[in-house]
Amino acid sequence: MFKRILIANRGEIAVRIVRACREMGIESVAVYSDVDRRALHVRKSDYAYHIGPAQASESYLNVEKILDAARRSGAEAIHPGYGFLSENANFARACEQAGFKFVGPSAASMEMMGSKTRARQNMKKAGVPFVPGSEKGLESFEAAERLAEQIGYPVMLKAASGGGGKGMRAVYGRDELRSALDSAQSEAQRAFGDSEVYIEKLIVNPRHIEVPILADEHGNCVYLGERECSVQRRHQKVLEEAPSPIVDPEMRRKMGEVAVRVAKAANYTNAGTVEFLVDADKNFYFLEMNTRLQVEHPVTEIVTGLDLVQLQFRIASGEPLPFKQEDIQIRGHAIECRVYAEDPDNNFFPSPGQITRLISPSGPGIRRDSGMYEGWTVPLEYDPLLAKLIGFGTTRQDAINRLQRALVEYFVGGIKTNIPLFRRILRDEDFRAGHIDTGFLERLLKEPAKVPGPEAEEIRIAAIAAAIFAQAEHKGAVAAAPPAIPGAAPGKNGVSEKSNWKTTGRAESMR
Amino acid sequence: MTYDVVINGNTHRVELTKGEKTWVCKVGDTMMEVDAVFTARDVISILLGGKAYEVKRERSLSGETHMIVGSARYSSEVQDPRSLKTRRAKAGTEVGPQKLNAPMPGKIVRILVPEKGAVDLGQGVIVVEAMKMQNELKSPKKGVVVKVLVSEGATVNAGEALVIIE
Repeated sequence: MFKRILIANRGEIAVRIVRACREMGIESVAVYSDVDRRALHVRKSDYAYHIGPAQASESYLNVEKILDAARRSGAEAIHPGYGFLSENANFARACEQAGFKFVGPSAASMEMMGSKTRARQNMKKAGVPFVPGSEKGLESFEAAERLAEQIGYPVMLKAASGGGGKGMRAVYGRDELRSALDSAQSEAQRAFGDSEVYIEKLIVNPRHIEVPILADEHGNCVYLGERECSVQRRHQKVLEEAPSPIVDPEMRRKMGEVAVRVAKAANYTNAGTVEFLVDADKNFYFLEMNTRLQVEHPVTEIVTGLDLVQLQFRIASGEPLPFKQEDIQIRGHAIECRVYAEDPDNNFFPSPGQITRLISPSGPGIRRDSGMYEGWTVPLEYDPLLAKLIGFGTTRQDAINRLQRALVEYFVGGIKTNIPLFRRILRDEDFRAGHIDTGFLERLLKEPAKVPGPEAEEIRIAAIAAAIFAQAEHKGAVAAAPPAIPGAAPGKNGVSEKSNWKTTGRAESMR
Repeated sequence: MTYDVVINGNTHRVELTKGEKTWVCKVGDTMMEVDAVFTARDVISILLGGKAYEVKRERSLSGETHMIVGSARYSSEVQDPRSLKTRRAKAGTEVGPQKLNAPMPGKIVRILVPEKGAVDLGQGVIVVEAMKMQNELKSPKKGVVVKVLVSEGATVNAGEALVIIE
C-alpha cells in the first residue's frame, strides 16, 4: 500500500479522500490555490502545497504544477477526485510517466471512453444496447420513412455534425416527417455547413440510471447496484438515490452485466460509472461511461457497505478485489442532496461569500460530506458544491423522512444555498411515489411553490423574532449576548459568541 | 420599542417590552409573554406557552432577510416607524434612474447593451460569471442605458453598481 498520496482536488471530495487516507494509515497531501489557503481540505490533510493563483487553469488544472507538488511532497500516487483533471487522459499519462500511480483507469481507457464514436463502435461489438437509430446520415426521405417505421414513433432527427439543440426535430408521427426532415436539414446546413441528418428513437421523459463498477488490475470486475439520478436541473444532477425506485433484481442484474461488459471492452480498471437512459418500458440504453469516482458515490457506499475510495487505493496498489459479484448485496435506501451555494429564489444565481453561521444536522441515518465550515468564505472561482447531505434508512420512505428531518436542522447563514429546494422536492407527491424522470425538476420548478399554508402562530413567531433581532442590533450587544449560565465553566461558546455579537452589532448599527 | 415587521408581504406591528426574564410582546392586538434567548449569532430560541421554536435569520448579500421557523421560511423586513430611512424607503423610487447592481462577486463577461442603447423590461443587459456559471442580469425597467460603469473582464464585488438605466 502507498505511504503518501497527493489529492489533486479541493472542496468536499478532497476532504473525503483525506479521510480514507487517514483510515488506512496513508499520509495525505493537499494542494491549494491562493484563495484556498483556509479551505477545509488544507486543514484536514497531513501535508499541503501551494500550487498557484485562484484561476483553476493556473492551479488545479495545471498538470505541471500538480506534478511538481507531487515530487516535492514525496507522494507515490495521485488521486484526481472528480472534475478538474480527473478525466484528462493526458494527465493520467503524465502521472505515470513522472513515476506516480494515477488512482483511476489507464489513459488508454479514458481516451476510448472520451471519444463518442470510438466508444460507440467498441461498445457495439460488446453487445451493449444503444438508443435505436441510423448511425449514418439519411440518404432520402424514403429511407427516413422506412427507418422511422422500423424504430417506431416518436423519433428524433439530429444533425450529424450538430450540437446545442440545433438541427434537432422531434417527430411524433408519419405525417410530420417530411417537413421536419426538410427543416432539420436546412437548419443543419445553415448552422454547421453540413445538411447530414440521422434518425434516433425519441425517448420521452427518460430516467437517468447509472451503474457504478469496480475493476481491479487482474481482470476482475463487479457492478455495485445502481443509482437513480433523474432529478436534474440544466443537465446537472441535484439529488441521487440508491437503489432506483423502479429497478428490480432482474433488471439490476441485466444492467450490471452490461456495465461490466462495457468496462471489460475498455480494459477498464479502478472505479467508474456506466450511465444509461431508461424509457417508460424499462428498456435501457448506454449513454456514456464516467471514468472517475462520482460525486454521488456515497449512496452506493451506504447501500453496499463498501468504502469506494479505500477500494480505489487497494486497486491502484495492485491488490485484487477482496470480494466477488455474489458477495455484493444491496441493503436499505440512501438519498443524497447536493448542497450548492446558489439562490433558489433568484434563478439559482451563485451565492459565494462568507458563511457566518453553520448549523449541521447529525443523528441517525445521516451522513454529511462537507467542504465548508463556519467563518469560511466560499470562493467564487470554483464549482458551487458545498456539501452533500445523505439520508439513509431501511426503506425509501425512511430515507426521505430522515432527510426531511435533517433539512430542518441544517442552516447555512451568510450565503444562500439550495437547501429550500430539497424541502420542496422531498415533499412533492410525484417524487415520494418515485415518479421521476429527467424532466421532473424543471416541471416542478415551473409550478408555483406549494408551501404548506403558513400557520398564524408561526408568522407571529417570525415577526417577534425579527423584532427581537432588530432590537438587539439597535442596542449594540447588550440584549443580544447569550445569558451567562450560572455555575457553568466559561466555555468557548459563552465568551467568544458574546464578543462576536458585540462586534457585529456595533458594525451593523454604524451602517 | 415598536416595529413594523413585514412577513411575507404582510405588515405586523410588534411592540416589545423587556421584562425581568421574558419579553412582553404585542403583535397586532394579541399580547403574549415570550421567553427568547440568543443561542448563537442569527439563531434565537423562543418559548411561547411551553411551545419551543428555534428561529434562524438568513441574510443575503443583497440585503433581504428571511426568518426560518422549523422548515418554513418567511421573508422579513423590519421597519422602525420613527426612522427617517424607513419613511424614505416607503416613498419608493420606481421612476428615475435605476442602478443594476452585481448580485454576487464575479467577473464581467459581456456587456450586452452599450451606453445609450435602449432596453426593455426584463432584457438582458450584462453577463456576470461566478462559480463557473454565467448569469445574465436583466433590466428592471424599459428605458435607456445611460451609463456603463464597468468594462468586460473586470472583477466586481457584490452590490457594486454596474450600469444605470433611465
